Amino acid sequence: MNVYLPIAQVSVDAIGLLAIGSGVGVLSGLFGVGGGFLMTPLLILIGIPPAVAVATGTNQIAAASFSGLLAHLRRRTVDIKMGCVMLFGGIIGSAGGVRLFAWLREIGQLELVVGLCYVVFLGAIGALMLQESLRALLSVRRGTPKRRMRHTWIHGLPFRMRFRQSNLYISVIPPALVGALVGLLAAIMGVGGGFIMVPAMIYLLGMATTVVVGTSLFQILFVAAFTTLAHAITNQTVDLMLALLLIVGGVLGAQIGARFGQRLRAEQLRILLALIVLGVCVVLGVDLVSTPDEMFVIDPNDA
Amino acid sequence: MMRDPIRRYLGLLSALMLALMTSGAAGEQVVAHLSQTQVSITTDFEGSEIMILGAVRREAAIPEEPLEIVVTLMGPITPVTIRKRERTAGVWVNGPAVRIDAAPSLYAVASTRPLLDVLSHTENLRHRIGLEEVIRLIDAPDWLLEERGAYREAVMRLRRDQGLYFTVDDGVSLLEETLFFTSIPLPADLVEGDYRARVFLLRDKAVIDSFEAEVAVQIVGIERLIRMLATESPAVYGVLSVVVALLAGWGGSALFRWLVP
Repeated sequence: MNVYLPIAQVSVDAIGLLAIGSGVGVLSGLFGVGGGFLMTPLLILIGIPPAVAVATGTNQIAAASFSGLLAHLRRRTVDIKMGCVMLFGGIIGSAGGVRLFAWLREIGQLELVVGLCYVVFLGAIGALMLQESLRALLSVRRGTPKRRMRHTWIHGLPFRMRFRQSNLYISVIPPALVGALVGLLAAIMGVGGGFIMVPAMIYLLGMATTVVVGTSLFQILFVAAFTTLAHAITNQTVDLMLALLLIVGGVLGAQIGARFGQRLRAEQLRILLALIVLGVCVVLGVDLVSTPDEMFVIDPNDA
Repeated sequence: MMRDPIRRYLGLLSALMLALMTSGAAGEQVVAHLSQTQVSITTDFEGSEIMILGAVRREAAIPEEPLEIVVTLMGPITPVTIRKRERTAGVWVNGPAVRIDAAPSLYAVASTRPLLDVLSHTENLRHRIGLEEVIRLIDAPDWLLEERGAYREAVMRLRRDQGLYFTVDDGVSLLEETLFFTSIPLPADLVEGDYRARVFLLRDKAVIDSFEAEVAVQIVGIERLIRMLATESPAVYGVLSVVVALLAGWGGSALFRWLVP
């Protein structure tokens, strides 16, 4: 069954879109990540113009993260104060990102920059995750305790604030910067940014792990909502029809994934996720460097 | 007394003969009907087709040279930006942009026989019938002068690969040099706007008559609403998108908690 997308102005298979939405949803339920980093490349692959894929992706992320955030709010595992500090940076980063996006689109280099960002970030994060989870797997076997972060340069910065739920007393600069980076990536790559934020919160800020996921969802929700709005106004590339299909698939998939996830071991899950991330990175990377069949491209914004 | 009507008859005949001789087959005219002049793009739009049925009206006998029919359908004409990929530091980067001033979103040509067999070059230029004559690159930058043809051809090739430009050499069936019929398929990825259908009647590689009709292609229903809101009040549309997302997110988790407590 085909469905005509009014903003993208292409006709795509509705079942395929639902499958992508739920497939990514299963992964997000399984791993506790948003899955935007898989969603956006998949949408581009099936022929959605990249500008529409990125902007609509952020809308889908708003839905998925709200669903997850509600669960965390009920369990009281959200540090709202920390979330607000990160959000402050996030909004600034996203606003800058949407501007940058519009400019890149104008000069015709959007696809390239989106592709490069994906390869760089997915490659780095995937490698780190793989290394970390392999090490964790080994240390679990050996029984060595996990090392908590001690004193680093981060604790020397000014504007310190107490974050009771995160069990921290640190400067607001690092969390705001992390938030800003994530906001920027959300606007350009159409991702929530959990895959960067969660490691940063644990290893860089040293937050209590119980509130990490809930707090990152808090920040992602508001940044995604803001980014959707900004893309709709600046670039007019949010396709509500596409978003709806992805959201429906995603919500279903996330619930299924969450139930499966409880039966699998966390360390094995993380290795699997790392491999998926690296796999997407390689596919996109090959695409950037291999000689294309067609040497000319029509700017998709004109079509 | 009896000679007058005969003379008059002969006079009329010779006048007609003269008229036919000086203006070729000027008496022939095309009449055509389109199966639809309004195409609605609905949610489940999977493409459509426009059937064109026509006839040739003539007062005199059928001339000797064979009659040929060419039918074209052209989508809205917009400029197109095209770039050539260049390798920079191992990565394929889009090179400088070239603006093709006019390129229709869709162009279909159907004819009784291959276009260039039934149409002379000058007539093709004058009536802008072939695809090459439709796509225009007016102000090419200096650096491009040598390559401009390659860019134009690339637009044609890319759109042809997408199924947006096509030619059907035997797409028009002609009966007894009088009735003709053709059917032009419309792809699913149709762009909104005014489409123009043209029918050309040809003899001896020259156009003797033509017919034109407009086809309005419109997005309808919920898609129309979405598109209008998105372009006319983007802020409202943005808020709506976020609200829909939040409701769906909340609804989804509520539904599952209710289903699987």
